[in-house]
Amino acid sequence: MIDLNINGRVVQVDVDPSTPLLWVIREQLGLTGTKFGCGIAQCGACTIHMNGAAVRSCVTPVSAVAGTAIVTIEGLAGDGHLHPVQQAWIDEQVPQCGYCQSGQIMSAVALLASNPSPDDTAITEAMQGNICRCGMYGRIRKAIQRASVPTVDQLESAVSIYEPSLAGLKEVQHG
Amino acid sequence: MGKWTRRGLITAGVVAGGALAVGVAIRPGHRVPALAPLVAGEGDQLVNTWVMIGSDNTVTAIVPHSEMGQGAQTALTQMLADELDADWNLVRFLEAPAEDEFANYAVGRGFILGGQTYPAFLEQTIDGAFLQVTKAMHLQITGGSASIRATGLHGMRMAGAAAREMLAAAAAEAWNVPVSEIVTRDSMLSHASTGKSATYAEFAAAAGADAPPVHPRLKTSDQFRIMGRSVPRIDIPAKVDGSAMFGIDVVVPGMKYAAIQAAPVLGAKLKSVDGAPAKLMPGVHSVVELEDAVAVVADGWWQAKQAVAALTPIWSETPADGTSTESIYAAFKRDMDQAVANGNEEEDLRRGDARNTLKSAHRMIEAVYRVPYLAHACMEPMNATALVADGKCEIWLGSQNPLGTKHAVAGALGMEADRVTVHNHLMGGGFGRRATDDASLQAALIASKAGVPVKLIWSREEDMRHDHYRPAATSLFRAAFDESGAVIAWENQFVDKHEPREAPHIPYAVQNQFIHYTNSPTHIRFGPWRSVDHSQHGFFTEAFFDEVATAAGKDPFELRRELLADKPRHKAVLELAAEKANWSERRASGSGRGIAFQESFGSMVATVADVTVTKAGVRVNKVVCAVDCGFAVSPDGLAAQMESGILYGLTAALYGEITIDKGAVVQGNFHDYPMVRMSDSPRIEVHIINSGEAMGGGGEPGTPGIAPALANAIFDATGHRIRELPVSRHDFNFRVEESDEPQKPITLQQMGA
Repeated sequence: MIDLNINGRVVQVDVDPSTPLLWVIREQLGLTGTKFGCGIAQCGACTIHMNGAAVRSCVTPVSAVAGTAIVTIEGLAGDGHLHPVQQAWIDEQVPQCGYCQSGQIMSAVALLASNPSPDDTAITEAMQGNICRCGMYGRIRKAIQRASVPTVDQLESAVSIYEPSLAGLKEVQHG
Repeated sequence: MGKWTRRGLITAGVVAGGALAVGVAIRPGHRVPALAPLVAGEGDQLVNTWVMIGSDNTVTAIVPHSEMGQGAQTALTQMLADELDADWNLVRFLEAPAEDEFANYAVGRGFILGGQTYPAFLEQTIDGAFLQVTKAMHLQITGGSASIRATGLHGMRMAGAAAREMLAAAAAEAWNVPVSEIVTRDSMLSHASTGKSATYAEFAAAAGADAPPVHPRLKTSDQFRIMGRSVPRIDIPAKVDGSAMFGIDVVVPGMKYAAIQAAPVLGAKLKSVDGAPAKLMPGVHSVVELEDAVAVVADGWWQAKQAVAALTPIWSETPADGTSTESIYAAFKRDMDQAVANGNEEEDLRRGDARNTLKSAHRMIEAVYRVPYLAHACMEPMNATALVADGKCEIWLGSQNPLGTKHAVAGALGMEADRVTVHNHLMGGGFGRRATDDASLQAALIASKAGVPVKLIWSREEDMRHDHYRPAATSLFRAAFDESGAVIAWENQFVDKHEPREAPHIPYAVQNQFIHYTNSPTHIRFGPWRSVDHSQHGFFTEAFFDEVATAAGKDPFELRRELLADKPRHKAVLELAAEKANWSERRASGSGRGIAFQESFGSMVATVADVTVTKAGVRVNKVVCAVDCGFAVSPDGLAAQMESGILYGLTAALYGEITIDKGAVVQGNFHDYPMVRMSDSPRIEVHIINSGEAMGGGGEPGTPGIAPALANAIFDATGHRIRELPVSRHDFNFRVEESDEPQKPITLQQMGA
């Protein structure tokens, strides 16, 4: 038996320890939001969080995650409220077929947790491992920008256009 | 719209209990009562084959198209709700069940008739005949960019308008006022001078007592309230929290998992397999032999996959065992040359006398173009879940053609179709791939033989190597010019012709044209791949047209414009793209801009690509696209489809190549069949023209234009012609020393002809 901490819940699973975490999540735990795409960590559809870091569950043996905190797409929203990244995905109308989007969102959440104001290069680097066959990269980038915290530079450039709201914006930033 | 679209499409019936039932796209006779139990639940009244009004006044659009991200279910619902004057917040959708009564008549007719109108005396015959054709073909297909222009126009709008008129008539009768004074708005009926008002639900039953209108009046575009607005897609919320149910997510009590290994060479059969190595492995339930594959059924998919990989099946030999990409291309050339030598080319289009004009012309150019096989590579690998018991089969999957699946599965199991129930789900990508049944048939056979419900999932490698591929193709072009440089003849000889028929044709006013083809069959199986034949011919014709412009000494945009002079709709789209892309602005050294125009599936699209070419390769910086599909029901939905179509075509143009060795597909996963990722995804701008012309499709027309726009941009930047895709095959090391001397088109004289 292996103890797993998934979405804040501790569960015991009885599987071969070499089984990739992806199949344990989907088949043993019934959490089907995490997707199978390639099986060799090439597409990112299976991305989950292990201690907050984005990990490809299709190549991670279940034995390697014992004692860590795993979060899947189902564990992102809290108290009935969507995570801001999920909301940004709706606001920018990102998904088409939607199959890759659990993985895309998990990669984006991990990025913003470590870098709340990523620039274009940081977004590209963090999202490079996630394929979207419907080609929604432009919308994904916009959604990540929407969910990020504006940097002081960005605020000041905004301020230069909207002079009267200067004080308010800075207050928001520091608050 | 011709009369025939209204006649025959609307049939009244009364469901048990006296509620209104309007059958759209079903005739003749009162077939609607048979549908009621399939879609209506407790407290619902079936108002229309594609409309239900619930007791809580919600309107449910019953949409006969499956969702693969193209947003058609949202747009179709918009079309119905607008004509019905429904409150958008109270509108829901339901995918029509895969039953024969829902066979998509509008698709069948819209497609087969090509949107033409026929004289009144033929209506009866045509309607009758095409209903039969539709049913016989089991059409419930989502494809051909047909949802909006066929089902939407002939089905959803008509259904909404008819239901609205029937509700208004019922209210007018009850209130004893003229129907012309009844106002419908936000799912409410009202009459101003008496102050009476009621919900649609209150009159749903009464409306059923009357005959449906023969000619329901459709709104004009200035009356639209929901169409033309970018409403949020109804399928998106479930796609951000993991709750969306794709075929692969289905759970059936007691089910096992199956992994499969099919014959690597199409046509080979399973001669024998020793199942022992698999049976010894943990969790394995059984080894199932199929005609051309072996599968392992186990407690988990990972166990099944490892066990099937432990098997060493013996496959029969086939005549294709020695086939390679090179041998296929050699066969294309041989068959094309022979056809010309024997004078038995298949004529596709002949206008004027291109052959003789070419012979006697002042000047001519010639070029050979080629594209490889392409896989669809849907993100969700092929899969299906089947339960076969008591002479019945239930099957769960995501299908572009669920009714086709029902009949195909019935055929494979030797059952009557009414013994098979298909539960259709969201598709993790379709692109044409999910219109073909294979995993569904395997799942049904495996479940039947194993005696347990089975979820069959293909590995990515299985998916890549057993696709139905966009065919490899080649075109040999010749163009002739007179003394003034005007293009006077166009000849195009290509291999194999599928659909759409007009894909190889050009919109330009070239006086003499001869377009012909030769069939050169291979064992690699064909499948519709987003935009089908337009994907290769769009590249061929629009890239060679650029060579024509260069040879004529003309700007490629200006020459297109000149030769579209008598086609104002085409010209407007081309001009808008050029304007938005700053076509005439000077390009920086090492940068290039290319333009392409393609009409497909009833929509006009012009694409402009901006590239930078360095030693390291090609970078696509920006793509500007202009589209006229008549009217954009959901502008953001259309823009999303264009963005998606462009990226799908860009992946193919930059990287896409399936090769064949010893008869089998070589590539297996995303490391050797690469995709455009975030880093090489260009900025895309979409500009929409609502011309008000006949509606065209949205799902596919974005795809064909990007490859030629890219190739033409590379030429603009480097003088190097891209006549063969993918671009990744080309070596850009010559960029070491910048030389902007354009490569001259090859003339026949230079080729030694």
